[in-house]
Amino acid sequence: MMRKAISSNEITPESVFLKRRQVLQAAMALGAGSLVGCSVDSAEADTPSAATTRALTSTGSTDFAGGENWTPEKLVTSYNNFYELGLDKGDPAKNADWLKTDGWTVEVGGACAKPGTFAVEDLVNFNALEERVYRLRCVEAWSMVVPWLGVPLGDMLKRFEPTSNAKYVRFDTVLDPDNLKGQRSSILQWPYTEGLRIDEAMHPLSFMAVGLYGKTLPAQNGAPLRLVMPWKYGYKSIKSIVKIEFVEEQPDTSWNLSAPHEYGFYSNVNPSVSHPRWSQARERRIDGNVLSAKIDTQMFNGYADEVASLYTGMDLSKSF
Amino acid sequence: MNTKTRDTLGKVGVFALASVPLLDGIWRVTSGTRLGGNPIETLEHLSGQWALYLLAITLALTPLRTLFGWRWQLKLRRMLGLFAAFYALVHVVCYVWLDLGFAWDEIGTELIGRPTITIGAVAALGLLVLALTSPRAAVRRLGKRWQPLHRSVYLIAVMAVVHVAWKGKDGGEDALVYALVLIALLLPRFAVLAKKRSSPQA
Repeated sequence: MMRKAISSNEITPESVFLKRRQVLQAAMALGAGSLVGCSVDSAEADTPSAATTRALTSTGSTDFAGGENWTPEKLVTSYNNFYELGLDKGDPAKNADWLKTDGWTVEVGGACAKPGTFAVEDLVNFNALEERVYRLRCVEAWSMVVPWLGVPLGDMLKRFEPTSNAKYVRFDTVLDPDNLKGQRSSILQWPYTEGLRIDEAMHPLSFMAVGLYGKTLPAQNGAPLRLVMPWKYGYKSIKSIVKIEFVEEQPDTSWNLSAPHEYGFYSNVNPSVSHPRWSQARERRIDGNVLSAKIDTQMFNGYADEVASLYTGMDLSKSF
Repeated sequence: MNTKTRDTLGKVGVFALASVPLLDGIWRVTSGTRLGGNPIETLEHLSGQWALYLLAITLALTPLRTLFGWRWQLKLRRMLGLFAAFYALVHVVCYVWLDLGFAWDEIGTELIGRPTITIGAVAALGLLVLALTSPRAAVRRLGKRWQPLHRSVYLIAVMAVVHVAWKGKDGGEDALVYALVLIALLLPRFAVLAKKRSSPQA
C-alpha cells in the first residue's frame, strides 16, 4: 500500500484551496493575457472542482506500476485525449461541463442471460472499490501512472451471465452532439466505440474505473465510468460508457474504423511494432518537465507476465 | 513623416511583434508554467505554428500588391521570411534536442522511415537556405538564379502543410485550415501567371 507525502490540499479544505488558487489564476490570467494576448493554458487549470467530484473510499490500494511515482493529479486531469470535449489536450478539462452525467444509465445487452439498464451505483459497488495504480500508455508515445478507483471488469460482467455466444464485448460512449460539441466533428464516427475479446475482458487486470486520486472521475477522464486496460494503448480504455453489449463477432472500434492500417483491434502496447507515422519504442512520462528524457516502452506496457498468454500463437505484428 | 521614417518604424514594429512568440516561449520555460503536462510537445507546437503563421503572412504580402496595388508591405517581406525560418529552426532544435535528446540513430531512422519527418526536415532545410541567401550580397551574387531559388518558398509551404497533416493522430483538421489558407494565398499568383500566359494572344 502506497502512502504519499501530505500536500497542502489535504490539509486545507479542497473548496477553500481551490477558490484561493482560482483567484490567483484569474489574476495571473489577466496579467499574462494582456501581455501576449492569449488565454491561460488549460493545463494550468487546477484539479477538478469539488462541485463536480466527490471523495471515494477504497478497500485497499495495489500498486501495479512497480513503485513508480504517480503522475501529479493536476496533469492527469488536464492533459487528456477525449475528442468529445475537444481535440487539444487541454480542451477536455476546459469543456468538462459539456458532459452531462446526471441520471446516467448503462444499457447492458446482447448475448447474456441478465440484460438490463442500470444506474452506475447498480453496476459498481461503491462500498467495495479497489484502488489500482496502473501505467497508462497513449498511442501518441506519452504515458502516465494513475491511481484508479473501481472494480475488476470481469467480476462486473459475470453478473450479467454472458452466454457461450459472447465471444467479444462492445462498449459505447455516450452520444450527445447537442452538448458534446466534439461529436460535431467528423474526425471519428460517433458514438465512440470499443471492444475486447471476452477473455481479455475477463482478465483480472481489466478494470472498470469510477474514480481516480480518491475521487469520482472528472468529466475529462471519462465520468462517470470508464474502462482501464493497462496493457493496451489508451484509446482502448473507453470513457463515459452508456452501453455494454456481448457479441459473437469482433466489434468495430472507432480508431480502427478511422485508420485501419494505423490502429488495430488489439492495440496492445508493443515497442517493436511502430505506428506507421512514429516509433513506439520509447515514451515520455508526463511530468511537466521541459528536459525529461524518454523512457523505453515495455512489451504489453510492462504487464507481459500477466497477459502475454492471452496472445499465444498470434503474430502481433499482424494483429496489432 | 517621410517614407524612410515610416518604413523604419514599420520594421521596428513588425520585429517587435514577430518576437512576441519567442519571448512568450522563453517566459513560459523560465517561469515553469503554462507549458502544460508535455512541455516539449507544447514548445514544438508553438514554434511550428509560428513558423507556419509567419510563412503565411510573408506569402500574403505579394498578393496584397496584386489585389490592391499596395507596395509598403513589400519591404517587410525579408524580415518576416527570416522570422519564419527562425521559428522553423527553433522547431527543429526542440525536436532534435528536447524530444529526441540528440539520439542520432533515432533521428536517422525517423528521417528515413517517416515521410512526415522527412518532408518537414526538407521544408525546414529549404527555409534555412532561403534565409542564408536573403542578404543583399547573396541576392547580388546569385543574380538571375535568385528569384527561381526563392520561388521554392511555395513548395516549402506546401510541404509544411503536408507535414502538419501527417504529424499526429488527429493532424487532419488543423491541416485542412492551413491548406485552405495556402490555397487562398496561392490563387492570386496563379491568376497572375494565367494572365501573363494569355496576354500575348490577346
